[in-house]
Amino acid sequence: MIELLSLPFMQRALLAALLTGLAAPAVGTYLVQRRLSLMGDGIGHVAVTGVALGLLTHTSPLWAATVVAVLGAVLIEVIRERGHTNGDVALALLFYGGLAGGVFLTGLAGQSANELQQYLFGSITTLSSTDVWVTLALAAVVVLVCVGLSPQLFAVAHDDEFARVAGLNVRAYNVLVAVLAAVSVTVAMRTVGLLLVSALMVVPVAAAQQLTRSFRTTLLGAMAVGTLASVGGLLISAFASFEARVAPGPTIVLLALAGFAVTWPLGAALRARRRMRAPFPELGQERHEMSDEHPHVHGPECGHVAVPHGDHVDYVHDGHRHAAHGKHYDEH
Amino acid sequence: MATTKETVVDLRGGAIAIAGRPVVRGVDLAVGSGEFLALMGANGSGKSTLVRGLTGLRPLTTGSLRLFDTPFDHFHDWRRVGFVPQRTGAASGVPSSVWEVVASGRLTRRRLLRALSRADQAAIDEAISVVGLERETRQGVSQLSGGQQQRVLIARALAGQPDLFFLDEPTAGVDLPNQQALAEALGTLKSRGSTIVLVAHELGALAPLVDRSVVMRDGRVAYDGDPLADHEVHHPDFGEAHTHHHTEPGRRDHSPHVGSPLDRRAR
Repeated sequence: MIELLSLPFMQRALLAALLTGLAAPAVGTYLVQRRLSLMGDGIGHVAVTGVALGLLTHTSPLWAATVVAVLGAVLIEVIRERGHTNGDVALALLFYGGLAGGVFLTGLAGQSANELQQYLFGSITTLSSTDVWVTLALAAVVVLVCVGLSPQLFAVAHDDEFARVAGLNVRAYNVLVAVLAAVSVTVAMRTVGLLLVSALMVVPVAAAQQLTRSFRTTLLGAMAVGTLASVGGLLISAFASFEARVAPGPTIVLLALAGFAVTWPLGAALRARRRMRAPFPELGQERHEMSDEHPHVHGPECGHVAVPHGDHVDYVHDGHRHAAHGKHYDEH
Repeated sequence: MATTKETVVDLRGGAIAIAGRPVVRGVDLAVGSGEFLALMGANGSGKSTLVRGLTGLRPLTTGSLRLFDTPFDHFHDWRRVGFVPQRTGAASGVPSSVWEVVASGRLTRRRLLRALSRADQAAIDEAISVVGLERETRQGVSQLSGGQQQRVLIARALAGQPDLFFLDEPTAGVDLPNQQALAEALGTLKSRGSTIVLVAHELGALAPLVDRSVVMRDGRVAYDGDPLADHEVHHPDFGEAHTHHHTEPGRRDHSPHVGSPLDRRAR
């Protein structure tokens, strides 16, 4: 089985998976922050037309898809900036136009559906070395910009009006994020496919943010989850292919979702625990009220939730807050 | 208002239209350095729109605006202006810590691709301590109460160490202890000589800080002078019944909604 990893096509695939797993969640974090999680999906649909144009004109589908995806992303950004609530209808028109146009043009080009399928659902094991170099370059640009400009991109995505008054060129940064999203869509196109691209941008962020409290850790965590999912998913599908036909793209996405399935309950439990143990506010003069007969002795080991309250600790159980006072307990 | 000090904000004959409908008209407003001005009025009276005009978020339809004695079109020294927009919270789609949100206010003084300098870090820490959130620095903003999130937004404006603050309804929906914490923070700013333009429906705990009240009524200045108490502003002369002669609800919906997808949003 290890000799599988020494095959050149497998090494190329691993490199592409690694880069895609780093780049897609990096952009995805800013999209999720702006509550535009589905923008990657929309760009993916538009890129289908680009792939079809490439097939029709016998040029590189990768470059044609990049150009069309960038144009589509900028158009989406313009509609979003100008539009009110009905902006989403305009986006829907663009998305379905892109998908239908792509399938239509592929038919005109006389290409089989199989050719388009490679781009819709990915075909990471058929990458040429040129493909890998292009992927490497594009992914490097995406990661460097997303990390290097993170203070600016964070501020713009967090509160665009504040950023404008702070003198930042908000429109330029928004268009930059849109272009980066389009580039990572085409980077991920051969790995997970255009229809699943958005998953690799959004699911790692969703998984990471269950456990994080800051933007920086979310960004880095999402990149880690994305890399683990894409490399892991590729390896699983490669080794499983001895037994059955396992497509790498969907395996990668399902693995990322499994990551979310693990972090979600964990994060929920941690948040609940933190809420339980948040200190009670001090209100100054407390009424002195002794609790009824209390045979139990509270302490650090007693298992009841201990919550700081001013200079002492309240033990919480059965709707009571008990604080030790001399030999008895007070109700707080 | 005749002030002998430098005039920081100078608006003459200002009008602001939203989707072609003039909302704010004929406003003359001069704010002197170090003044604490309360811009008051009922919902829909145009006070928020006026501040959005003064910060450049909405273009003036007519009138001339000077900030720090520079015509607005030539004004680029945004580090001197701190803005606290009207928000219900400081959270966004991804977790962010109090420190990160406050640090984003320091961008006015940071160059691209440079790490935080020691002065930057000191300014961020100081801003957090002025609003009294030192213990929450590393917490996620979404875990804070509404009043604490409002204080985070003020600290963000503070981090850039500006001379002029615009605050849009910072006390809306904030409980009394948090209002008092806000008042303390703004008192600190005032004592340092900052100029403050505060938009408020009601002053509450901030009332003792105010040097001068300007009351807006249906897009015009109805009063400009000594501080007024909340009940005076909402006296029938200033009353909401008069200012609200159209029934459109909400603060920003000054123009009718549009129904087709590619129509421009009202600006």
